[in-house]
Amino acid sequence: MSELTSLTIAQAREKLNAGEITSVELTEAYLSVIDAANESLNTYVVVTADKARKMAKASDERRAGGTIGGLEGIPLGIKDLFATRGIHTQACSHILDDFKPEYESTVTQNLWDDGAVMLGKLNMDEFAMGSSNETSYYGPVKNPWREQGSNTALVPGGSSGGSASSVAAHLCAGATATDTGGSIRQPAAFTGTVGIKPTYGRCSRWGIAAFASSLDQAGPISRDLRDAAIMLKSMASVDAKDTTSVDLPVPDYEASIGKSVKGMKIGIPKEYRVDGMPEEIEALWQKGIEWYRDAGAEIVDISLPHTKYALPTYYIVAPAEASSNLARYDGVRYGLRETGSDITDMYEKTRATGFGHEVRRRILIGTYVLSSGYYDAYYLRAQKVRTLIKRDFETAFADGIDAILTPATPSSAFAIGDEEMAADPVKMYLNDVFTVTVNMAGLPGISVPAGLDNKGLPLGLQLIGKPFAEEELFQASHVIEQAAGKFEAEKWW
Amino acid sequence: MSVDLETVKRVAKLARLAIDDERATRMQGELNAILGFVEQLNEVDVEGVEPITSVVEMDMKKRVDEVTDGDKAADIVANAPATDDNFFMVPKVIE
Repeated sequence: MSELTSLTIAQAREKLNAGEITSVELTEAYLSVIDAANESLNTYVVVTADKARKMAKASDERRAGGTIGGLEGIPLGIKDLFATRGIHTQACSHILDDFKPEYESTVTQNLWDDGAVMLGKLNMDEFAMGSSNETSYYGPVKNPWREQGSNTALVPGGSSGGSASSVAAHLCAGATATDTGGSIRQPAAFTGTVGIKPTYGRCSRWGIAAFASSLDQAGPISRDLRDAAIMLKSMASVDAKDTTSVDLPVPDYEASIGKSVKGMKIGIPKEYRVDGMPEEIEALWQKGIEWYRDAGAEIVDISLPHTKYALPTYYIVAPAEASSNLARYDGVRYGLRETGSDITDMYEKTRATGFGHEVRRRILIGTYVLSSGYYDAYYLRAQKVRTLIKRDFETAFADGIDAILTPATPSSAFAIGDEEMAADPVKMYLNDVFTVTVNMAGLPGISVPAGLDNKGLPLGLQLIGKPFAEEELFQASHVIEQAAGKFEAEKWW
Repeated sequence: MSVDLETVKRVAKLARLAIDDERATRMQGELNAILGFVEQLNEVDVEGVEPITSVVEMDMKKRVDEVTDGDKAADIVANAPATDDNFFMVPKVIE
């Protein structure tokens, strides 16, 4: 059984196409490893075993009839932020208790249209607000990786922690995820998996619970680059239901993998050398630079002067948009309702009980920066700084840079319940220091496993591309995968 | 800029979040840490800079003005905590 779950999507596709295995067998193999592992890793909040079996059977029948989609018969995990018709969809929040939507998100519909099988819904930080998966109403997710010689449970990163851990521990062949400030790339880096946040507008946001609408984008987390390419091709689409969905055909990303990077210009931004960055991260970055040089790319030092302002800008813009988006959770149309003496009391008690601490904090920050008298000083100024952050990238790309190489995170995975992180919200927020700039500018970014630190934990390198240049990112990041190889956690769960 | 306890409570009221003194006090410390962190934006010269409106340059999409959806009241109220005959039920708002 476990042999089946060790197959990548591309390998499983080959065996399915050759008739060596069936989707039913593959799906049963995953259901059985989930059953054995979920109690310790806590990556799934719901396992949809019956549905998975039905979908797998239907896939095998389609295949017998000659219809083979891009993900035909492949069992996937779905982040709890995506609406799935008739199935638990709660953004891992108490306030959406028992919510089962009457509709399907565009991204998941695309996956089912291409033949994929749903194994269940994956754990995440509540409403995607967090960098450690500790804000989930369903409890923290464990990272399958542990420090050498230690039993201490580590976080998988967040907010797509359930997605990253499931993929790393082979509890699904691939997973959907979303990224508002680094929520695909940071957990991918912490678990030795590949995560790509496409350009804003590439994947439809329809049916994904909104956190910060100008920043949210869906993307895959997968075991390798090819699997990410296969999944993104299915997830991406032009969608009339999302007015920010862009009218561009979806290319065959897989075809870009293996193309030479000779002559490509890779930018190295000096501002990403932040104070207090561990030497290992710097060393890994240098190694990445050498890999590109050896592959024939041209290395160019560049400057993105407003980098340090991206994180403070994010902590104005994202909470502001969140406070507005989360106003809909009021105990009237769905989810939890607390009793109150009148309707306002009912709203206030429902929201105070239903939202966790981190979500309440962001709603308060957002409400404050949008409130009368503070709007110009905070929100308007942040939106102007955002223009400058975006302009930095535009300047670099106009100067001929094809992609920008940076570390993915300022550290490797930390312990669940880390006291410093818990005591200081800003310290937790700093996890996203290298990823958040990409969301601010709407660009595509990919995190690829690049090595292990001296504790034996995975680290990732990030490649940032031009708008809608996902193909170039797949082409260029292959250099990292080729040079670094793949990383698997030693099984203990 | 920093916030006092009264401001925390006022903002909580605006956000329709019930908050007791203990939670408000904890929140005050954390909000001030975050507001202190974002203060560095004041160093940036934003004179003459337009605020961002969209990260991707595109024209606003328009669609044909026609009915494409509807007639699904039962679906819309399906998840509500309290309903009656396809209406959402809430505590009495008019005396």
